[in-house]
Amino acid sequence: MTTKTLAVAAALAATLATGAHAQTEIQWWHSMTAVNGEWVNDLARQFNDSQKEYKVVPTFKGSYDESMTAAVAAFRAGNAPDILQVFEVGTATMMASKNAIVPVTKIMTDAGYKFDPNAYVSAVAGYYTAPNGQMLSFPLNSSTTIFYFNKDAFKAAGLPTDKAPSTWPEVVAAAAKLKASGHRCPFTTAWQGWTQLESFSSWHNVEYATRSNGLQGLDARLKVDSPLHLRHIENLANMAKQGLFVYKGRGNVPEASFVSGECAMINTSSGFYGNVAKNAKFAYGLAPLPYYPDVAGAPQNTVIGGASLWVMANKKPAQYKGIATFFDFISKPEVQSASHKRTGYLPVTTAAYKLTEESGFYKQNPGTDVAVTQMIRKVTDKSRGIRLGNYVQIRTIEDEELEQVWGGKKTAKEALDSIVKRGNEQLERFQKANKG
Amino acid sequence: MASEKRVQFKSSWLPWALIAPQMAVILVFFFWPAGQALLQSLQQQDAFGTSTEWVGLENFQRLFTDPGYLDTFKTTAMFSILVAALGITLSLLLAVFADRVVKGVTAYRTLLILPYAVAPAVAGVLWVFMFSPALGVVAYWLGKLGVDWNHLLNGGQAMTLVVLAAVWKQISYNFLFFVAGLQSIPKSLIEAASIDGAGPWRRFWSIQLPLLSPTTFFLLVMNVVYAFFDTFGIIDAATQGGPGKDTSILVYRVYYDGFKAMDLGGSAAQSVVLMFIVVVLTVFQFRYVEKKVNY
Repeated sequence: MTTKTLAVAAALAATLATGAHAQTEIQWWHSMTAVNGEWVNDLARQFNDSQKEYKVVPTFKGSYDESMTAAVAAFRAGNAPDILQVFEVGTATMMASKNAIVPVTKIMTDAGYKFDPNAYVSAVAGYYTAPNGQMLSFPLNSSTTIFYFNKDAFKAAGLPTDKAPSTWPEVVAAAAKLKASGHRCPFTTAWQGWTQLESFSSWHNVEYATRSNGLQGLDARLKVDSPLHLRHIENLANMAKQGLFVYKGRGNVPEASFVSGECAMINTSSGFYGNVAKNAKFAYGLAPLPYYPDVAGAPQNTVIGGASLWVMANKKPAQYKGIATFFDFISKPEVQSASHKRTGYLPVTTAAYKLTEESGFYKQNPGTDVAVTQMIRKVTDKSRGIRLGNYVQIRTIEDEELEQVWGGKKTAKEALDSIVKRGNEQLERFQKANKG
Repeated sequence: MASEKRVQFKSSWLPWALIAPQMAVILVFFFWPAGQALLQSLQQQDAFGTSTEWVGLENFQRLFTDPGYLDTFKTTAMFSILVAALGITLSLLLAVFADRVVKGVTAYRTLLILPYAVAPAVAGVLWVFMFSPALGVVAYWLGKLGVDWNHLLNGGQAMTLVVLAAVWKQISYNFLFFVAGLQSIPKSLIEAASIDGAGPWRRFWSIQLPLLSPTTFFLLVMNVVYAFFDTFGIIDAATQGGPGKDTSILVYRVYYDGFKAMDLGGSAAQSVVLMFIVVVLTVFQFRYVEKKVNY
């Protein structure tokens, strides 16, 4: 290498360095993996390319609970990220940590942006809004639970492929046929607490917990020992006994068994769509969650899951300005609509939904509107959303107890009673700890 | 020990200066965190630590009224006993064999030591792959033998899986010490026994095993400590404490409550309980088990 090229390189490096210096960097910690991880990086890149003042730096910090733990540790050490992606389960904890966060409404209005919570799909906005009407976090990736089925497997079992089983009795019948055709895993479910108890409740318009499922106050208590819940868990337990429902683990672990073709039907997040679209080697279909046809008011609507972006406290004004600019950028209908088409997460504004509809995406990709239509309905007090304290623990309790049902160690009644008892202890503790 | 030469320091400060670095390490990496744990166990904090409330012994009170926590003790006891007993027996067996191998000793030993280099979480994942009900090789073979393997739902099988993974990882460590111990046994003793007509089994039982007792005792302490503290990576990767709470051992709960549920007070209280148990166990081992050890 000649001295000349070296000098040029040095000069170039110097300009690049100063260029980067003038920008305000915004650290964004997230938990998006694989296809969704690429999406998050692309969002940041598009924003960085669209202006010069701010630079959003996305960093993958592990699973949802890992990144939350990392942020807590970082906050205590005084170097928290600017933006943190927190899953819906952590919402109550974040809301209670008033000194650690800054409400999104405040960030947006301080920066001079017009911020209209009514632009958001009500089930989404309502979930992240404090009782005083202030929206606390920015809904980035909201999902809901839907039903996926393997059309090739359905065909092989002699089942119709143009219509998914829409009720639980139909699911059982389809599963029996799949099993008879030699399928080893007719039905499975991911996020069992979320899909089979939480979404199940709002879908049938029954209470999951009192006080509007916790939205109205911290004194909410679980109600999953109702006759309908019992009937459903017993039904699933029977399916498990006959090999129609095969338990594949906690969290999103079971999703792999659908993509691999091992399981023919699965209940899981609408955010699983991107993965299926990219990796499934078979024809698949998306459908609304099954329901019990004799229950009055069913199907109602499903509750949201996924995650939102929280802005951490104690940052410089310039950073808050940058965050507001970024949020404004990603709430543009075109950006929202592109994200929705790509990932299967919900379009969180009504404008984005309309835009997607007009583009003909739903017609070209049948089933992609399932999550949206399940959500955009007139909600009731029982179906608006579920927001509970110590939710992480409650989800684990649900996992632990339901596993014992699928394993035949407990009856559905014993397990549900135990979920209510152990879950309520967690709720009481959270209520006590967050009185002030 | 009258004949032993002892160096006496004349200076009064030099000995202190010499142990100061070691003391500093212990203070910073042991006493300080332990003190923090004690402090936090008496507090209740919100997740981000913006508010702290003194709650006295409430965290402990809550723990001991929680039947789930008391069950964890049983699970931990069973897990530790299985890991220590299996780990020590198997590695002793391997070490005795290795001691008798003539050709390719180094290769054999190196292979046995290899698993020690594997991180706990990786070990957990490795075993999960082999035993995965859907994809696992071992699960497939077991299926052929008529064993329906599903550690996601069968607590006994889940326990077997984590014990196997934990033992597999620890065998190398135990093996190293046993091999060294066996080599330090004077050959003349073994030869004398052979001349007296003792077979390999008799020689092992009457000479090698008693002479190995200090090593075995040391390994017992180390293995129990290992089972108590270092196995949470395996459990997190393999079973996450499930099914139900069947493989949730004490240290896994400390991790879960502290780092997933963000209940630092409760988690710290559990650490203190754990610390206490290990102190008691170690004292017990030194007072009673050590008496049976001949150095």
